[in-house]
Amino acid sequence: MFYYNQYIRAKSLEEAYELYQKRQNFIVGGMLWTKMKNTTLGTAIDLCELGLDGIEENENEFRIGAYVSLRDIETNESLNKYTDNAFANSVKDIVGVQFRNVATVGGSIWGRYGFSDVMTIFRALGAKVELFHEGIMELDDFVKLPRTVRDILVSVIVPKETEKVVYLSQRNQSTDFPVLTCAVSKGKRGTMAVIGATPYMAEPVYDSENILSVTTDENIERFADYVAKNIRFGSNMRASAEYRKIICNVLVKRALKTIVSENEKEEIC
Amino acid sequence: MEVKITLNGKMIKDTVDADMLLIDFCRKHKCYSVKRGCETGNCGLCTVLMDGKPMLSCSIPVGRADGRCVDTLEGLEEEAKKFTGYFAMQGADQCGFCNPGYIVNIVALLRENPDPTDEEILEYLSGNLCRCTGYQSQLRSLRNYLNSKKENAPMQLEAEVFGADIGKEWKNE
Repeated sequence: MFYYNQYIRAKSLEEAYELYQKRQNFIVGGMLWTKMKNTTLGTAIDLCELGLDGIEENENEFRIGAYVSLRDIETNESLNKYTDNAFANSVKDIVGVQFRNVATVGGSIWGRYGFSDVMTIFRALGAKVELFHEGIMELDDFVKLPRTVRDILVSVIVPKETEKVVYLSQRNQSTDFPVLTCAVSKGKRGTMAVIGATPYMAEPVYDSENILSVTTDENIERFADYVAKNIRFGSNMRASAEYRKIICNVLVKRALKTIVSENEKEEIC
Repeated sequence: MEVKITLNGKMIKDTVDADMLLIDFCRKHKCYSVKRGCETGNCGLCTVLMDGKPMLSCSIPVGRADGRCVDTLEGLEEEAKKFTGYFAMQGADQCGFCNPGYIVNIVALLRENPDPTDEEILEYLSGNLCRCTGYQSQLRSLRNYLNSKKENAPMQLEAEVFGADIGKEWKNE
């Protein structure tokens, strides 16, 4: 069972940060995963009064507060218009509406979970995170941050630098953890594929060899092979590494073909 | 720790343990429809409406519900009555254990989307697990209820009529 001795609603980020410096204290996100631990902790620090549950949009970026629920990013119109429903597709298979109303974006990103659909889509969009103490940093750098760093995730920033993004995942059973997650995006940083639930944390593979300079079926196949070769796969109770590698190849191909066919449609229009 | 929660429209002031979960608070105040099914946040049995949104009370610290409105099935009786008869007619409540969670979530679904398609129903209710039925009877009963409000829509759907295209991928295998 999971116990803690005290519950405090922080009045400011400074207060929360100070409280969080004690090893026994923790920040309550959705508490869905934290609750599964068998332990006793000190103080639960809740940031729900600090107004971190809003999604703001300006010309250059989206700023998603750490306490925005997964259901909010699923139903938010401007986010889904920008990503062609990739946000909704990425979270719609996570358990159910009740669960997604509780689970937070901040909790999903901070946890750096291997199974995370959320991490996959945000990495494919070249997102940044805003930490209270460390400031704004690329998600690619954030994932390398040691887990002993006790900072507070304030918001996730999605720069408007992506032209197209497609999200796909494979599950053994609907609402289960994914066997593999895949997001392919095309934008300022070129084409990239992010593969997660391998079962390690989502990793990007950039088209650094310019395979997709011409998008023929053959090059799509080559890029899918390239991605599968550059990702580390592992085995667990859901699937073997070999199976994941095959699925990775298929998902990358499907995602790329969707991007190509949408581009063609736009050109015709 | 002291909390003030509006539970089913009634303000309740109580002194609770800091690590109490909302589910235990509801049950302490005689809302026994809220149940623990899986303890992992997956089954939807403990669904309550917090400020109108369906949430898993098994994962919410009671402190977070402080100052907010929580509705359980006990407080949604009038709204639920409209369609629970259709559930009974289809035998959708077999052992009945999952039903309160189902009904609370359906109330939320119908408030958000009064005329959902079959696909939208399936998607919205995917977080409610039922080990007796196989979900067809719940879907049929909800479809019957929704059709009853429309003119010339088929009623009393049977298993063969409804859901012919659900799970077609594996039916053909």
